[in-house]
Amino acid sequence: MNIDKKITDDLVANGVSFVTTVPCKQLAGVIEEIDVRDEIFHIPSNKEDEGMGLCAGAFMGGKRPAIIMQNTAIGVTINTLATLIQYYRMPLPMLISYRGELREPVACQVEMAVHTKALLAQMNVPTYHFHHQSDVEEFDAILKYTFMCNKPVAILTDANFWGGYGDQ
Amino acid sequence: MIRSEILREIAPILHDHLVVCNIGLPSQEMHLIDDNAWNFYMLGTMGLSSSIGLGLALSQPKTVISIDGDGSVLTNLGTLPTIANNVADNYILLIIDNGSYGSTGDQPTYAGKKTKLEAVASACGCENVVTCKDVDTGKALQAAIDSKQMTIIVSKCDSGNIKLPVITMDPVVIRDRFMKAVSA
Repeated sequence: MNIDKKITDDLVANGVSFVTTVPCKQLAGVIEEIDVRDEIFHIPSNKEDEGMGLCAGAFMGGKRPAIIMQNTAIGVTINTLATLIQYYRMPLPMLISYRGELREPVACQVEMAVHTKALLAQMNVPTYHFHHQSDVEEFDAILKYTFMCNKPVAILTDANFWGGYGDQ
Repeated sequence: MIRSEILREIAPILHDHLVVCNIGLPSQEMHLIDDNAWNFYMLGTMGLSSSIGLGLALSQPKTVISIDGDGSVLTNLGTLPTIANNVADNYILLIIDNGSYGSTGDQPTYAGKKTKLEAVASACGCENVVTCKDVDTGKALQAAIDSKQMTIIVSKCDSGNIKLPVITMDPVVIRDRFMKAVSA
């Protein structure tokens, strides 16, 4: 299974047509896939809170948005999640590269990984963790759930899900 | 002129367009001067007026004007390259540059010192950057609307605030009312 293609297909099938991204090595494939799809307008952000602002505007303009980012971004976006996305009740699927988990080669990434789920829980953000490739089967249902309840929803995707870091 | 005087003067021009109002006093002033469904009031999240406006402009055809401040643009300086590289000709970013953080007590910003936001915007790749005096803001705004080209306006004005009440509208009501205006 090509998970980059499966994720993008699910986004398109659920009417997601505005996607902002801040890159991560693990997300390179899915970002590339999104960039070539005619059904999706891809707008890279310089910072994740900026990206959430773009998504809020797109939603109010009638589009279904999504953001793709690293889990380090949770440290950047707490205020934006609370005072924009949640306060105004907007849906936002957040496909998150979960750095600092099993098979992580960079020690510093673990420092945010240990806070990631606790912060999301504190924010009452529904959170799903993809660890095996087959977990991607739930992505379609998670997108439907997100646009049903008008909430930000986190999908944490770790290195095992993406197939590790190769030679690192 | 101070910001509230500029907003009062340009309110008739803004009235026919979607307006994203920056957090704090700018939203409160627009709410007081001309509350209507075409205004989106930011009740929090400093810095994102330009980003919300750009996302909105890229997603539907109506003209969108983001009212921002120099302090807020400095908070989210990464917005300018994103704007420059994703041109939406129905988008106008109006930066009311009073050189201070008005909503928090008029502390000076770097835009009131050495930093020139119009030069930053140009360096970021924004193609239509207009600098104007406070009294000329209406003229610059109308010209930008008529040009149908994405424009960044930096309006240089005095620092200062008026006393006015906070917005007590529920955020979901603000958002719902605004979305109905967008899709009307």
